[in-house]
Amino acid sequence: MSSRLVFALLCLSTAAFAAEPDAVRQKELVHLVRQDCGSCHGMTLQGGLGPALLPANMRDKPVEAMVATIYYGRPGTPMPPWKQFMSEAEAGWIVNQLMSGFPQ
Amino acid sequence: MKTLRLIFCCCLALLLNACATPQLRGTGDLGLIIERANGHVTLVNTSSRQPYGRISGLGDLSHASVVYSRDGRYAFIFGRDGGLSKIDLLEAKIVKRVIQSGNAIGGSISQDGRIVVAQNYTPGGIKAFDAETLELLSEVPAEYAPGQFSKVVGLADTAGNKFVYALFDGGEIWVTDFSNPRQPRTQRYPAGKQPYDGLVTPDGRYFLAGLFGEDGVALLDLWQPEKGARKILENYGRGQEKLPVFKMPHLRGWSVAQGKAYLPAIGRHEVLVVDVASWKEVGRIAVRGQPVFVMARPDGRQIWVNFAFPDNGKMDVIDTLAGKVVHAFEPGKGILHMEFAPRGENVWLSARDDNKVVIHDTATFGKVGEISAESPSGIFFTSRAARIGF
Repeated sequence: MSSRLVFALLCLSTAAFAAEPDAVRQKELVHLVRQDCGSCHGMTLQGGLGPALLPANMRDKPVEAMVATIYYGRPGTPMPPWKQFMSEAEAGWIVNQLMSGFPQ
Repeated sequence: MKTLRLIFCCCLALLLNACATPQLRGTGDLGLIIERANGHVTLVNTSSRQPYGRISGLGDLSHASVVYSRDGRYAFIFGRDGGLSKIDLLEAKIVKRVIQSGNAIGGSISQDGRIVVAQNYTPGGIKAFDAETLELLSEVPAEYAPGQFSKVVGLADTAGNKFVYALFDGGEIWVTDFSNPRQPRTQRYPAGKQPYDGLVTPDGRYFLAGLFGEDGVALLDLWQPEKGARKILENYGRGQEKLPVFKMPHLRGWSVAQGKAYLPAIGRHEVLVVDVASWKEVGRIAVRGQPVFVMARPDGRQIWVNFAFPDNGKMDVIDTLAGKVVHAFEPGKGILHMEFAPRGENVWLSARDDNKVVIHDTATFGKVGEISAESPSGIFFTSRAARIGF
């Protein structure tokens, strides 16, 4: 594990734990990621029209940028902004989960 | 003791008799439902509107799609994980299964029924298989520039064992001729930015590729492909900022009805109506979300529309004579797909988050049945076997 990743995870953990979604909300977010993000990234997150989102694919990417990608979308690509459906902290929680192996 | 032996002999005779004359049945009213979460399919009968079998061990079926052999007996299932499975609908079992790529998006079957072609995201390209044995015959990597491979979308069969498809990353339409299946020949046509899916019209003449990266649809006349692809519905968004797209629409020849094509608008709550003789826009119909499937009832009188997240519990029905939505309802949670009975008297809708498929009468719109299924997605009936572009 690179020191950058450790640092990133620490930063993220701090940010995410501050507003860790409750159990019911976590379940909703997991369902959203698996089913609706899954339309493009695959239900098993192995990629489709969008890139794979497995821990190995996420390892070298900056956390902040991934949170921003979820929250604001990525212009020029089909990735839409999800900000009307979640808070930035929840996007951070999703990134955290993706990096450590997403719940079923 | 003697009586017992007699009874035993009678039973044995009955059993043998049953074996000797298997019950014959056709396949015209059969089909299957993809259960995406657990790698199962449920086999169904559209006459009894009941399931009759279930097959497991099919891998990752998220976004799975199906084509049928021309006799309607065998289903070829293309899984997300690159699995290609051949299923016997009569014996309700897997006949053959191969892993043909790392990440697949669908497939198609040739006019003569001998070649099954898979379209792949990773590695980008198409692969042709012998429909009998699933032996690999040839492949066409979607290398649109040296060392650059594109995801392939919109694959559809057309006359002469040709297949048409679009390159999402390459912005082109390719036509590959498999009349010699081991030595395919490919023609390339510039199409536009980020084609996301495609369709062949029911007569097999035109290929349409919906564009994500720009407002418009690329159109290629397969009877005179040398003229190249041209744009139709250019600037249908009229420069307005489009809404975020939470799910890509799906295109197929089911969009064509009564001389018009009904197409989903990208990033808009509209169905676009195009005249298929002039290919000019002749109208647009407001609907309650971003359309995903815009599907005509087989007679073309109605168009049923489902929507992208977060409107995926709704369905709108357009009457093609009135040119507007005549019925709007919420048949279930997470409506992912629909399939009409071969002659359209009812429609089957998969309600993913309700874990069931609901069946509605298309004349009265009333519910006439339901089948439980785990996270159902695609529904595919054998009536597809005889349709060009399915």
